[in-house]
Amino acid sequence: MGSWFLSRLSRMGHMFLFLIHSIYFIFVPPFKFNVLLRQIRFLGSKSMVVIILTGSFTGMVLALQLFYTLRKFGSDALLGPAIALSLIRELGPVLSALMITGRAGSALAAEIGMMRSSEQIDALTAMALNPMRYLIVPNIVAGIIVFPLLTSIFDLIGIYGGYVVGVKLLGVGSGTYFSQMENFVGMEDIRLGLYKSLSFGVIVSWVCCYKGFYAGYGAEGVSKATTEAVVTSSILILIWDYFLGSLLL
Amino acid sequence: MIKIIDLYKSFNGQKVLEGVNLTISNKEVVTIMGKSGGGKSVLIKHIIGLLMPDKGSILIDGVDITRLDRKELDKIREKLGVLFQGGALFDSLTVYGNVAFPLKEKTKLNKKEIRERVIQALEDVGLRGIGSKYPAELSGGMKKRVALARALITEPIIVLFDEPTTGLDPVITSSIHKLIRTTHEKYGYTGVIISHEVPEIFEITDKVAMLHNGVIVETGTPDEIKNSSNPAVRQFITGSLEGPIEFLS
Repeated sequence: MGSWFLSRLSRMGHMFLFLIHSIYFIFVPPFKFNVLLRQIRFLGSKSMVVIILTGSFTGMVLALQLFYTLRKFGSDALLGPAIALSLIRELGPVLSALMITGRAGSALAAEIGMMRSSEQIDALTAMALNPMRYLIVPNIVAGIIVFPLLTSIFDLIGIYGGYVVGVKLLGVGSGTYFSQMENFVGMEDIRLGLYKSLSFGVIVSWVCCYKGFYAGYGAEGVSKATTEAVVTSSILILIWDYFLGSLLL
Repeated sequence: MIKIIDLYKSFNGQKVLEGVNLTISNKEVVTIMGKSGGGKSVLIKHIIGLLMPDKGSILIDGVDITRLDRKELDKIREKLGVLFQGGALFDSLTVYGNVAFPLKEKTKLNKKEIRERVIQALEDVGLRGIGSKYPAELSGGMKKRVALARALITEPIIVLFDEPTTGLDPVITSSIHKLIRTTHEKYGYTGVIISHEVPEIFEITDKVAMLHNGVIVETGTPDEIKNSSNPAVRQFITGSLEGPIEFLS
């Protein structure tokens, strides 16, 4: 039990040191802008379709569920703000982070794991180049940029998904849907969602890069690293969501 | 000059190197042979600084690389070119991109100069006109040739070959051996080759070292090795099942 705990603690410490190194190299030139642009494209393009799909259906389901609940209290006019607040504060950042983890995070862990397995990371080191700078830093920065953008798209699409169901199918007034939203959604809600998505960006890219970077050799090593990357990222997203939510409430 | 002094390394209690001593003079080509899983690649990874020994030293031009920090080690690595077992070409880059990569990252050469050097390097390895292909489109032999071009592009003074012909047919193996010989004549590097290809490898090497049970049991010219009375060397050269080299664990 003691050795199990110590081994876990040591692994966690190793992961944190990896993050600290990565953050250090974000601010130390030379900066690899080309690699950064490629990784932004990689994370963004891989996840866009899934974000649009999940965003729209989340908004639609929210509209359906909230409409009947709110109607019981005679508050169906508040459907717009209820959907917007749920998406912006909570569901948007969390669901989009989970979706990006499943779609792009797993691919990222697998790609870096394959580079480890095929000695490409060793080749970088042997060329006196720092693999952190080439592989990890661009992905962490790309995560910081891409996650808030994709979350905003998720929120927007979700609000319009809710509009389609709430207004077109269930008969809530179009003006009511949006005007009430303006009254109830404040900057602090948007800020909370932004902070969450930013931190999820760091968590997902950090965990996926770490798991890939230290993947075992062969197909088994890469597959294990990919699974661990997705599971660990998803758990950390939910835990961090709770702590950040309670901290910033 | 590379001097390996009393090098020990074990992984999780399993002893791999148990006091390796070997001296490689400047511009000499030395082949290290030994059974698979006997620690040859581990030894070469110590010379690159990818692994650190439990005990012992590695002197490159008089500098003990086991006592250097990352920056100092990178200075030594700039003198090295490495041909990894699987080639370790970057999947995301074309052949041209792979060969040009060390020049782009480590030198101040302009695009035109880089282009000329890359074209020349590809011609040297007999691969003219394939610059736009990706590693996935190449055969095993072509990958090794591209990796050789990349290893030599910075004109290193030491080149390490980790099983350069493993998995290749005899004709391609001969062509890679010929390439090693011609490039050695052209660039005059110090070469360290890990290989099982006996007796073919004897034609391109100045000295042969036999690694057995974690130590160098015999060194000598190819002729001396061919006539060695050491039972492990004899068994390895003849491929006999009888002798001190265990083939089943």
